Amino acid sequence: MSVYPDDLRYTKEHEWIRVEDGIATLGITDYAQGELGDIIFVELPRVGDKLVKGGAFGTVEAVKTVEEMYSPLSGEVLELNAELEATPELVNTEAYSGGWMIKMQVEDASQLDELLDAASYRAQIGE
Amino acid sequence: MDFFGWHLPVQYEGLLVEHRAVRQKAGLFDVSHMGEIAVRGPGAAGAVQRLVTNDCSSLKDGEIIYTVSCFDNGCAVDDLLVYRMNEEFFLLVVNASNIEKDFAHFKANLPGVDVENLSDHYAQIALQGPASRDILTAAHPELADAIKGLGFYSFFESELEGEKIIFSRTGYTGELGFEIYLPPHLADRAARALMSAGEGAGLAPAGLGARDLLRFEAGYCLYGHELDEETDPYEAALSWLVKPDKGDFVGRDALLARKADSQARRLIGFRLPGRKIARQGFPIFHGDEEVGRVSSGSFSPLLDASLGMARVRRAFTKKELQVEIRGERIPIERVKLPFYQQPALRA
Repeated sequence: MSVYPDDLRYTKEHEWIRVEDGIATLGITDYAQGELGDIIFVELPRVGDKLVKGGAFGTVEAVKTVEEMYSPLSGEVLELNAELEATPELVNTEAYSGGWMIKMQVEDASQLDELLDAASYRAQIGE
Repeated sequence: MDFFGWHLPVQYEGLLVEHRAVRQKAGLFDVSHMGEIAVRGPGAAGAVQRLVTNDCSSLKDGEIIYTVSCFDNGCAVDDLLVYRMNEEFFLLVVNASNIEKDFAHFKANLPGVDVENLSDHYAQIALQGPASRDILTAAHPELADAIKGLGFYSFFESELEGEKIIFSRTGYTGELGFEIYLPPHLADRAARALMSAGEGAGLAPAGLGARDLLRFEAGYCLYGHELDEETDPYEAALSWLVKPDKGDFVGRDALLARKADSQARRLIGFRLPGRKIARQGFPIFHGDEEVGRVSSGSFSPLLDASLGMARVRRAFTKKELQVEIRGERIPIERVKLPFYQQPALRA
């Protein structure tokens, strides 16, 4: 059984979101990394890009498959996890910490209400 | 995952961990999904020779040959291994996805001999990696001499609980390795015995994901990727399996014509910068013209590079080419196939 911390929010597309002081940190869930398997490359947007809720913002390339990631919120990209360039496997080994992907401005706080809590996400994936 | 009716693990501990185990130590695969079709009777040798593209005439009892079976139009029904049990008994080992198609094609093209689908009678375990010979010997010390003397693409039969078991020096990983054919009810115990014999030697259970990556690095064809019903062996870099001089066989005339066809495709190996993977079906361009398609692509942990195989119209194989990945065209560099060759495989 995988891990889904209670202090995070989630999406049906298997992303997690941590919100602190109007800034959201995004990554993919333990379930998602397990389904993808060995991740060898993470393609991220640029700092300053304006993401739109529901729009594709990057891809995760694993040996056996590739998945697009969709932004759960609208707002500007503030920071990227530069570690992932050399060590993309952090997404497998530390999905909620070292494997974070981007930090973004939360433009519209009401969008946070549409995110899932840990219990709803668990139900979503049948755990 | 569901693989043509079989429940097979794509991975156990992780694809890359399993890949490393096979390259450095050893891995154990359940490949029971493979099909086995027996050809029996006086005239079996001649009938098989007429069915496949390779020359089986010098094959001795206990030897194996890799070949393709083609339709009349020269395209591949399947790639397969031919085991010569004796002059009147050959075992043809085929891909799981093709068992029924192969059986129908073999029956239609093997007149006068008995063709029987024995796929349900055989489980198959593949033990692959540099430590495989030592592990197999530890699990079956009574067979030590036979294992030691077993050459590449040879097999011997032994008995376990009154049942015949085939030990074969073959594999799909590019490493020294063995494949064991046995009745399904003995498979679980045999696999456990091997796992326990290999415990100290680093033997790991390995899944379909690792198997695909290993065969890809070794440049082996996978039916449905490099080879299919619209592709002939010349287009899959398997010209070494086609022997038109041996006499007539199914698809021979068409193959001679296709070999000379300037519009035909050829398989190339390539490498691309960065870590994006060029996956099956991605288009290959020369300038604005689409000249081919990727047949397999993966990231090779062994060579630390994103690699691929593609079928490209033969006039373009040596030209500057690009692969399109999600709308982006990336220049590719040609690399000789296979990507990886291990001398111990044949030693």
